[in-house]
Amino acid sequence: MSTSDVVVTGLGATTPLGGDVPTTWEALLAGRSGVSRITDDWIKEYPAQLVARLATDPAEQLDRVRARRLDRSQQVAVVAAEQAWAESGAADSGVAPERVAVVFGTGIGGALTLLGQDDVLEEKGPKRVSPFTIPMLMPNGPAAAVGLAIGAKGGVHAPVSACASGAEAIRWGLDLLRFDRADVVLVGGTEACVHPLPMAGFAAMRAMSTRNDEPERASRPFDKGRDGFVLGEGAAALVLERGDSARARGARIHARLAGAAGTADGYDLVAPHPEGEGAARAITAALRDADLTPADVGHVNAHATSTPVGDTAEAAAIRSSIGDHVLVSATKSQTGHLLGAAGALEAVFTVLALREQVVPATANLDDPDDDANVQALDIVRGEPRRATLTAAVNDSFGFGGHNMALVFATA
Amino acid sequence: MSSTQEIQSGLAEILEEVAGVTPADATPEKSFTEDLDVDSLSMVEIATAVEDKFGVAIPDDELGSIKTVGDAISYIEKNQA
Repeated sequence: MSTSDVVVTGLGATTPLGGDVPTTWEALLAGRSGVSRITDDWIKEYPAQLVARLATDPAEQLDRVRARRLDRSQQVAVVAAEQAWAESGAADSGVAPERVAVVFGTGIGGALTLLGQDDVLEEKGPKRVSPFTIPMLMPNGPAAAVGLAIGAKGGVHAPVSACASGAEAIRWGLDLLRFDRADVVLVGGTEACVHPLPMAGFAAMRAMSTRNDEPERASRPFDKGRDGFVLGEGAAALVLERGDSARARGARIHARLAGAAGTADGYDLVAPHPEGEGAARAITAALRDADLTPADVGHVNAHATSTPVGDTAEAAAIRSSIGDHVLVSATKSQTGHLLGAAGALEAVFTVLALREQVVPATANLDDPDDDANVQALDIVRGEPRRATLTAAVNDSFGFGGHNMALVFATA
Repeated sequence: MSSTQEIQSGLAEILEEVAGVTPADATPEKSFTEDLDVDSLSMVEIATAVEDKFGVAIPDDELGSIKTVGDAISYIEKNQA
């Protein structure tokens, strides 16, 4: 076990709010929404017609031939990862490729490729199916594409835990560094599955907002009028290193990744435990892992997807594990729900909140839910709030009962 | 029937589309794997595109023996209807 702390030295993202981290963060603080209404013909029969599309097409950010061999979920993963990798300066640090690892999660994998090639199969027959079908649809494909992009030979891993995948990747990266299995780990999450089938599937679960006439107001975590999430696409990445070596090479340190933990609800396949029991256990365990107390935590970037049951369960978990003093943000109100990328993107936001000492506002929270826990929490709304922060928690939960909590602290 | 020249330029278009090969580099002596960095999966895509463009199917056992751009040109020339 390494006794060094673990730090964040690089950030990358391509999201519905912008093609990189600075643009995305600026749009978040400005209160802009990435949500719009789908206008394609196929959407007409759908109850939920909203989506948070990428602000920048990844095919424009990558070489054409490279892009055509990657599923969209892999394209965005590579874009975000290359940004984080370049910013970290790790490539110039002399680290051996055998000591560089990648952990990159996805909730769904290459759904667009799977469904697109199924259309080819139906229309033109098996001989016309692309030879890149399998590498483009496999859920470890984004991690592998990122590994190739940065030349990582120390291991490439792909956690799959639905909407907790991105956060799980970050915890996995922390463990690799603590166990000295790598010197630099690029972690992140990706998703790009805006397509009629996933949209129909989520709609059939009654999980998506049907506020079709007000796209920018549809994702409204903790609000009384919330009616489901808005599907988003994008990717985010972070470069993690042990603090001693990062400081020795003079790297810019955005924040420390102080601790992490994961639990399972053991309650239902998709419904969260109503009191957020498993979520609270994850947060408590992550704080213990970080050697911090609830009083140290000034901010929580909540998972809060804008579903009726999920948000109140999380409010209960935050109160029981941390308390009422934290400033809570639900950034999905502007980004939509990026599924397997959500945990990574919100980790980036949590790191930036600590670095910049500012807590983003939760959009569309006009009328907080009557739930006692929601009422008791200090959910930032209106404008971003300046605060003195030393530690912050990022929650991520996924269908399957996965609960992840990450604890970041100021550098 | 396409002429040798037409086959070479048609093949160069396919190589550019599928593998990003600069058309001027797609000359007969070039090896797909050694010189043009075309991998085995891209060769499968090239074979499909050749069938679309020239109406010449390349069976897998023949595809393995096509090593250079010139090999591909000869194969198409010989087998076109």
